[in-house]
Amino acid sequence: MGEAVRIAIAGEGGQGVQSVAMILTEAAALDGKEFLYIPNFGVEQRGGVSIAFVQISDEKIGAPKFKTGDIVIALSDRAVRRMGMHVGSETLFIYDAGIKGIDDDLPKNAKKVMAIPALEKANKELHPRVFNVLIMGAVIGVTKVVTLEKAKEAIEKKLGYKFEQNPELRELNFKALERGYQLVAEMGVA
Amino acid sequence: MGVIEGEKKAFMTGNEAVAWAALAAGAEIMYGYPITPQNEIMQYWTRLAPKHERKFLQTEDELSAGFTTIGGVLTGKRAFTATAGPGNVLMQEPMSMAEAMRIPTVVVVQQRGGPSTATVIYSQQEVTLTCFGGNGEGLRVVYSTSSHQELYDYTIKAFNTAWKYRFPTFVLADGYQAKMRESLVLYDPEERGIEMVPTEAFVGKPGMPGEDRPPAHLRNTYNIEEELEEVLKKDIQEYEQMAPEIIEYDEFNTDGADILVVAHGVVFRSAAIAVRKLADEGLKVGYFRPITLRPFPQEQLRQAAAKAKQLMVVESAYGQLLKIVKDNLYGMDLPIRTLLRPGVGVTPEEVVADLRTVLEGRED
Amino acid sequence: MDIQPKMPKSWNAATKPHKFCPGCGHGLILKALGQVIDEMGIQDRVVFGCDIGCSLLSWDFFNVDTVQTHHGRTTPVMVGIKKASPDRIVIAYMGDGGGYAIGSQHLVNAATRDDKITVILVNNTVYAMTGGQMAPTTMPGQKTETTPFGRDVAQAGYPMMGPEMVAAITQEGAYVARGSVARFRKLKEYIRKALENQLAMRGFSFVEALSTCPTNWRTNAEKTWEFVEKKMTEQYPLGELKVPVIKEG
Repeated sequence: MGEAVRIAIAGEGGQGVQSVAMILTEAAALDGKEFLYIPNFGVEQRGGVSIAFVQISDEKIGAPKFKTGDIVIALSDRAVRRMGMHVGSETLFIYDAGIKGIDDDLPKNAKKVMAIPALEKANKELHPRVFNVLIMGAVIGVTKVVTLEKAKEAIEKKLGYKFEQNPELRELNFKALERGYQLVAEMGVA
Repeated sequence: MGVIEGEKKAFMTGNEAVAWAALAAGAEIMYGYPITPQNEIMQYWTRLAPKHERKFLQTEDELSAGFTTIGGVLTGKRAFTATAGPGNVLMQEPMSMAEAMRIPTVVVVQQRGGPSTATVIYSQQEVTLTCFGGNGEGLRVVYSTSSHQELYDYTIKAFNTAWKYRFPTFVLADGYQAKMRESLVLYDPEERGIEMVPTEAFVGKPGMPGEDRPPAHLRNTYNIEEELEEVLKKDIQEYEQMAPEIIEYDEFNTDGADILVVAHGVVFRSAAIAVRKLADEGLKVGYFRPITLRPFPQEQLRQAAAKAKQLMVVESAYGQLLKIVKDNLYGMDLPIRTLLRPGVGVTPEEVVADLRTVLEGRED
Repeated sequence: MDIQPKMPKSWNAATKPHKFCPGCGHGLILKALGQVIDEMGIQDRVVFGCDIGCSLLSWDFFNVDTVQTHHGRTTPVMVGIKKASPDRIVIAYMGDGGGYAIGSQHLVNAATRDDKITVILVNNTVYAMTGGQMAPTTMPGQKTETTPFGRDVAQAGYPMMGPEMVAAITQEGAYVARGSVARFRKLKEYIRKALENQLAMRGFSFVEALSTCPTNWRTNAEKTWEFVEKKMTEQYPLGELKVPVIKEG
C-alpha cells in the first residue's frame, strides 16, 4: 500500500526465480529497507510453477502475499498463464520474449505488457546460467527499488563463496545485472 | 547458554527464527514429526543442536511427538515440539494429558488450511483446536504472533510462561510466517535482562523414593467425580488467578471508534495498516489485537468495545476468532461485522475496502 | 504369630493390599519386578510408566517415580524420558491393547530405533478393565465380550505374536523373552535380564508376561491356572527369543 513495491516473479523450477528473490531482498536489507519475501509452496510444488512474492518498502509491510503486483514477471508459458490472476490495471507485465504459444494467454487488463529478450541476451552475450540475474537487473531497472551497487553487494554476499573458486563468475553476474538494467532502459520502460 | 553473542540482525524464515529462539531459550531437546509447513523448524534444530549439545528425536507420529515431549519435560528439561494441521489434531491427545497433569510443554503451531489435509500453506483455522482442543477446559496459554520478531520473542517467552505457571503453552503462527523471510534481531535473553525460569524435574529427583523423599506418583485418572472436581477446581482457580499476569494485547485509536477492528496473528498486520491509513485520513477507526488468545484479554476488549459503535472481526477462518470474541463480549449489545476468509490471506486493501463500505454508508 | 508376606522394598507398603482382582497376574508380575529392582539396587533410578487398562492400577504401587499415561502412549513417554535423561532406567508397563493395538505403532518404532528402554507387556488375552473384549492376543476360538461365539479368524484375524515380531525387527543388542506367571522364577529371570540389558545400554528389551484374568475369563482358580499354564502356552511359547551376545572385555 502506498510506498511498497510489489514484485511477483514466476517461472519453472530451476530457472532461478527464488534466487532472484533472495538476492533482491538481501539488497533491500543492505539498503536498510523494509522487505518481505515469500515463495509459493503447496503440494504441487514439485513440478509446479515456482513463484516469488517480494515486497520492498520504506514502511512495515502488511500481508505476506498480495493480489495485484506492481510488476509481474513470467519466465515460462505456464508462468504466463498462472500469473494472470496477479495482474491489475496498474501492473507492468513482463515476460521473456522467447516463450512461445502464449499470445492468447497474455493479460488483457495490465497497464503495460512487454516481452524482453532476456534468455536470448543471456545466451548470446553472457551465459544461460545468469539468465535470472539479467531478469533481476531488469526488475531493478524498472522499479529502482534498490541501487545497482546494493544489488552487487547482495550478489557478492549470497554467491561470494562460488566466486572464490571461480572469479570469472563475479564478472559474469555483474555484467548480467547491468545488462538487464540497460535492456529495460533501451526498451523505454525504465 | 550464550548461544548468541550480543544482538544479531538476521534475515531468515519464521521456522528458522523459531529454532534459534528455542536454542537461545535453552531448550535442551526437541521431539518432532514432519508436517508442512513447520518441517524446517526441526531441520534447523538438527543442524544447530549438535554444536550446542542439544538433542533431537524424530518420532513416528505426532502422538508420539507430544508424548515424548511430555517425557522430556518430566525429567526437568526444557522440551518442545512443533506441528500443524492434522498433526495438531493428533497433538491434542498428549496435550490433554499435559493439561490434566500441569506439564509445562511448549508447542509451536504453524497453521495450514483445514479441515483434513486441505492445503499445506496457510490459515487461521486451528484457533479452536489450539485453544480448546482435547477433552478438557482449555487450561492452556496460547500466544498468536504476527512477525518474525514476535515468533522469536514469544518462543522464548513460552518456555518461561510454561515453567512458571505449569500450563501447556503454545506459540500459534501460520504457514505464511513459517515460510516468509523478513528481518529480526536475535538475542540472548539473559543479555536483555530476561531471566529464564528454572525448570524442575517431576521424576528422577535426587534421593531414594520412599525414604529420602516421597515417590512421584503421577496420574491423570480418578475414581469418583468428586475427586476430579477437586483437581479441576484447583487448576481452574490457578488459571484464572494467573490470567492477568499473562494476558497481552494491543490496541489503537479505540476512543469513540466508529469501527473497532479485531484481528490476530498475521491478519492483524493487514488490519493495522488498513486502520492506520484510514485513521490518517481522519476516519474514526481503531483496532484491538489479542496477543494471548488464551487467556483472552476479556476485560480489555470489553472496555475497548464499550467505546465503539461497532466491531469488525477479520480472520482467515470461518468464525473461530469471532466465536471467542462473542463469548467474551457476552451481554454487550453492539453490531459485529465480519470479514471471514477461511484458508486465505487477507490483504490491507481488502480490509480498507470493507471498512470504507461501512464508513461511507454503502452496503453490498 | 502374624505372618506378613515378604514385600519387595521397592513396593509402597501404604498402597497395599493392592487394587487388582483376586487371582490377577499383575500382582505376581509386579512382585517379580519389585524383587528385581531391589536386587539390582536401582530403585532410585527407575521411572515406571503404566498405561490405561488394569496396568493403571499400578500408578502408586512402587516407591519409584511413576507416570500413568494415556492408552498406548506409555512407550513414547518412556522414550522421551530416556532420550532426555539417559541415566534413568525406564520401564514401560502395559497390557496387550496398550502394546499391540493402540500402542503398536509406538512399540514397533521404539523397537526398530533400538531405544534403550524396557517394555513389560502383560498378556491376558482380553481387554480386562473395560469388561473383557477381544484383544490382539485373544486366541482363535476364544470367547470374549466381542467374540461371544469364539474368535473367528476369518472375521477377526489372527492373534499378535509380539515377542516374535519384536525379535525380528530389533538389533543385535536387544533382549526379547516371553515368560508367564505360571513360571515365576523364569519370568523374574527374564525381567532381570531385560533390565540389565538396559543398564548396559545394549539395546531394546522386551518381556511379554502371560497372565491371568479370572474375572473376565470367568474361571475358578483351577481353571484359571489351567488356562495360563496349558492353554495359552499352546499359542504363546515361553522362552527367550533373543539374547544379545555379551562381549567379554
